[in-house]
Parts: sequence; structure tokens; C-alpha cells
Amino acid sequence: MKCRRCKGPAVIELRRHNAGFCGDCFVHHCREQVRRAIDEHRMMAAGERVLVAVSGGKDSLALWDILIELGYSVDGLYLGLGIGEYSASSGDHTRAFAARRGAHLIEIDLPTDLGFDIPNGSRAAKRVPCSACGLSKRHLFNQAAVDGGYDVVATGHNLDDEAAVLFGNVLRWNIEYLGRQLPVLAAGLGFVRKVKPLVRLGEREMAAYCILRGIDYIVEECPMAEGNRHLAYKEALNDIEERSPGAKAAFYFEFLEKASHLFQATADATRAELRPCSSCGSATPGDTCAFCKLRARAGAASS
Amino acid sequence: MRVLLRNPRRELEVPGPVAVHALLERLAINRESVLVIRSDTLVTGDAVLQDDDVVEIRQVISGGAA
Ligand code: SF4
Ligand SMILES: [Zn+2]
Ligand SMILES: [Zn+2]
Repeated sequence: MKCRRCKGPAVIELRRHNAGFCGDCFVHHCREQVRRAIDEHRMMAAGERVLVAVSGGKDSLALWDILIELGYSVDGLYLGLGIGEYSASSGDHTRAFAARRGAHLIEIDLPTDLGFDIPNGSRAAKRVPCSACGLSKRHLFNQAAVDGGYDVVATGHNLDDEAAVLFGNVLRWNIEYLGRQLPVLAAGLGFVRKVKPLVRLGEREMAAYCILRGIDYIVEECPMAEGNRHLAYKEALNDIEERSPGAKAAFYFEFLEKASHLFQATADATRAELRPCSSCGSATPGDTCAFCKLRARAGAASS
Repeated sequence: MRVLLRNPRRELEVPGPVAVHALLERLAINRESVLVIRSDTLVTGDAVLQDDDVVEIRQVISGGAA
């Protein structure tokens, strides 16, 4: 198989693009896809300060690397979740990358800085771990961006993540989430703008990018992910993709183009009802935000 | 050849030569969900693996819902 761009020997085949790429041309392809996503969705402008949420996994480290290469002013934020070996190792991978690239890394450690970890905190709050984890990440990434004066938070959600979330939301016709599932969420109500510059790249592409760039990411899975629905949706979509290359991209991008606006009114109405959390000031539909509730329950259980 | 798989970590012995496509098919692995690495280099589906190769089949699907 030959590289589509330079006709040299290919190292990776992308059936969705009906193309093979050599290492150098593949790295170029990834950067171009990110550049296009940023331009098409007006994710960020030159000179803005970007905070990228990093986990030590392939997606976020690749994103950080690509944004640096594209010339953005971008710092990393790592959240220690207190998930045993996994957290220790993912923190090491993240620090090693930051040191190698000479990039600035901000660290927040849930157990030390906030007094709880995901396994115990989620149990105390009677939430599944990924839900407690997700809401903690959203809250703390936003808070850190506000505190640090950043214009935008970038996350490593890729095409497979977005297609799987869309699949789940469609299966349940979750109108409110469908209205919010966009590659850019505008700033407002104390929220910094949030962007997903990897939406044009699949998971396989991100892993290949890391291997070709010599980025040592954490290959082991978070132990809390086991058996979650998200993983099952990804597998189902890959079964379809194998038979019909390009199906995932069509599912997601055609949704953005043709259907996402149909759900906007519901999402906007929900957003209009938000008010400041009585404890931390973050926008919430209730009196106290989900993060403050989680923190209070987790704290009560551990004291 | 020695074939290393992760999550969970395990090792298989498979006779070569065999094309990457055929190997994945034999192991019932979806080619959209893995990368195949031979001695630290990525290889495409049409590459032929030899009996003395050391090969890693790396899962690229991660399961975090957030
Ligand atoms: S798998 Fe779940 S608990 Fe683990 S990091 Fe991802 S969201 Fe958090
Ligand atoms: Zn090339
Ligand atoms: Zn709060």
C-alpha cells in the first residue's frame, strides 16, 4: 500500500478516506484535520489562551502536541482522580510529556486538594463512577480556566467519542443532550468556551499519531470504565464501520449539519433556567450544583 | 510469531507468514478498533508478517464516558 500524498510506503490505512499514509504525511493529515475543525467551527482565534484538559491518554496528549505544533498558546491541566495505579501512571505519562515539550502543566489532585477520590466519592454520592468523574472534570476544568484567565478549554473528544455519545442520546431520544452536543459550546453564565478540536479524527488515528510522534501515552484502561455503555456503543458503531467505512463520520457530521438545530430550543430553554450555585457560584438548575453536592457527600462519608 | 494483546494483557503464538488482515480475521478482531505494530512500527493490513516477527495488536478504543 502506498502513501496517498508522497507515494512512499504507507504505515496506516484509513478506509474512511480510502487512503494510506506514510508516517510524515499521516502526521500532516492529523494537523490539517484539526486546523480544519478549528476553522470550520470557529473554535478559537490566534492569540487566545487555551487550556487543554489532559489525562495522559492518547487523545489529550495528541491534542496538546498538535495545538503546540499549530502555534497556539496552550497550557495543560491534569486532574488526579485518585484511581489507584491508573491515576499514578496517567499522571506520570502526562508530566513526562509536558517536560519533554517544555509545556506548562497545571495539576489538581482530587484527594489532596478537594478531599475525595472518584471511587469513594461516587460510592458516597450513589453515582456511577464515570458520572461523578465527568461532573467533577467539567466543574474543575471550567473553574481552573476562569481562575487562570484562559479564553477556551479544549478537550480530546474524538469522532468515535462524539459518535458514541450521539448514538446513546438518539437511542433514548435525549432531546436536551442532543441540543448541546456541539463541537463548540459558547461562553456564558460563568462558563468558559469549550471546544473539541479532534472531532474530525477517529480514535485509531489518535493512537497512530502518538505512536508515530513517539508520545508515550497510557495504554491501560481506567478500571472504572469496564462494562460502561459508552464502550458498547463504540463497538456497535465499529461493527457498522467495518462493513461500511465512513458510517461514523456521516452519522455525526450529518447530525451537526441537518438535525442538531432542531434540538437547540430545548437546550437553550434549560440553559435559561440556570442560576448561580448557592455554594460556589457555578450555574446550576437547582440551589446547589452537582459538584458541590458530590463534594459534600464524599466529605461527610470520609470524615 | 509472538502476538501480544493488551487490555487484558496476553500473548499468543501464531504461525507465519500471514497477512495482517488475515491474522485479524482469524482472531475475530475488528480492524477499525486496533493498530498492528511490528517491532515498534505501524503496519498496514496488506503487510505480511513472518514467523520470526514480534507483533502487538493494540486496542485503540477507550471507554471513559466523560
Ligand atoms: S473511565 Fe470513567 S472514571 Fe475513569 S477516567 Fe473515564 S470517566 Fe473517569
Ligand atoms: Zn507520504
Ligand atoms: Zn457549586
